[in-house]
Amino acid sequence: MTGFVSRGFKGRRRSGGPEGRVPPGQYVTDDFPVLSAGPTPHTPLEEWSFTIRGGAEPVSWSWEEFRALPSETVTVDIHCVTKWSKLDSVWEGVRVDTLLEAVEHDAAYLTAFCDGGYTTNLPIEDVTDGKAWVAFGFDGEPLEPEHGGPARLLVPHLYFWKSAKWVRGLELRDEDEPGFWESNGYHIRGDPWLEQRYWGD
Amino acid sequence: METDAMRLDGNAIGGLMLELFGAEMTAARGVCGSCGAVEPLAQTDVYLNAPGTVVRCRHCQNVVLRIVRAPGRTWIDLSGMRSIEIPDAG
Amino acid sequence: MAGAAVLGRLTWQIAEVAGTVEETPRVKTIALEAESWTGHRAGQHLDVRLTAEDGYQAERSYSIASAPENGLEITVERLDDGEVSPYLVDELREGDRLELRGPIGGYFVWGVEDGGPVLLVAGGSGVVPLMAMIRHRAAAWSRVPMRLLYSSHSLEQVIYRDELERLAARGDGLEVFHTLTREQPAGWTGYSRRIDNELLGEVAWPASESATVFVCGSTHFVDAAADGLVALGYDPGSIRTERFGATGG
Repeated sequence: MTGFVSRGFKGRRRSGGPEGRVPPGQYVTDDFPVLSAGPTPHTPLEEWSFTIRGGAEPVSWSWEEFRALPSETVTVDIHCVTKWSKLDSVWEGVRVDTLLEAVEHDAAYLTAFCDGGYTTNLPIEDVTDGKAWVAFGFDGEPLEPEHGGPARLLVPHLYFWKSAKWVRGLELRDEDEPGFWESNGYHIRGDPWLEQRYWGD
Repeated sequence: METDAMRLDGNAIGGLMLELFGAEMTAARGVCGSCGAVEPLAQTDVYLNAPGTVVRCRHCQNVVLRIVRAPGRTWIDLSGMRSIEIPDAG
Repeated sequence: MAGAAVLGRLTWQIAEVAGTVEETPRVKTIALEAESWTGHRAGQHLDVRLTAEDGYQAERSYSIASAPENGLEITVERLDDGEVSPYLVDELREGDRLELRGPIGGYFVWGVEDGGPVLLVAGGSGVVPLMAMIRHRAAAWSRVPMRLLYSSHSLEQVIYRDELERLAARGDGLEVFHTLTREQPAGWTGYSRRIDNELLGEVAWPASESATVFVCGSTHFVDAAADGLVALGYDPGSIRTERFGATGG
């Protein structure tokens, strides 16, 4: 640190948030910042499918079949590794448990794959027992493309780069295979409460 | 579309590249490892609003550069670029 | 000497605000004095870094508005939900200091030695690096043919309006074309719509003249103008573009 301070500069308001709700190093925002590593895909719903590969057989759902699955509305806090946290965000989606029930497998890990080529890796135990969804609604409305619509992964207990936008499926694996960010500096698991932002954290 | 408005070009990371490579890089010509297109880095699609900086070939969208900055260290993935021609400082 | 010049560009240095000029209600020019400044070329930019008392830092890039012959000035537009631009436009004053790095850029640059003709296409505050080129051309008393096509929302928002009028009146080969896209004053005879291929066709030289083109503005503006010129037959390699973020100032 140079010790240089710009007279009168405050930057955006960065508040700490309620006790126990905000992981270390984060600040609370009312916005929903859009982060993107590439152009927004626009897959028409007629062409959309969600596929789980790597089990006994691949299993696929069309958009209609996916939307016919039991879904739920949840209110969760989300934490981005770029330091903003958004509390009490409301999502609607299908539990990953529901999707995995359709597949015979004994995998320990998965890679989520998406339109546009983004990938992220997760242990199966981080997406089961009601910890994760494939979300198609946010704040009572269909999920907008810039926020990952028509559907994105939602894994609120990990940093939000794991909640892959434009998700199209899961590849089940025996080993943890680093995804787009995990292969270039970001932590393989990404627990915000342990501040697991980067390799070696 | 908001994310399209957030797409910039290689000029936006001129300072970052100067710091990381120690040279003026916006005029440096890179060869895309996926489609073979040759362009100055200024003519790439740059996404800054992400957990890192992502630079894509304008022709095929292949990621040619990925940069993640953390306290005390920086990761750079150049694997999407086959080669780069850097002019000598004028 | 060359090594020191490179290091000067790589590292952050402190500059003092020598003066400010309000260009329009939302736009301010800031004159800077930096001890280790090595000079610049028209079209280049510098990075500004601000540090709050709690250590929080924010960095942004701003195009250099001044000709290389005439010191160091940046022109900043205040973005409504910006984090840095409101500070620079509303708070920063003469005598304040800020950290900067640069000059940066080797692609979006022009000097009189590069010749012409030169077509400059500006969207809003995208005019800033192009103004450095215009000012450099004037300082060098060059007669290289240069045309500026400048899109603004209204006449009040045109930056450098009087100076552009004065320079174009020299009749030395600089021509300025304005288009006002949202509001026009009574009796306005310039263009009054967003740039489209027809407008470009009327202002730009025929593709056969092999003009060099510099386009600067928001991503949407730049993409539309560049595509329009390619549709007119311009070689994509002759069109140099610099996109400003729509947000993030």
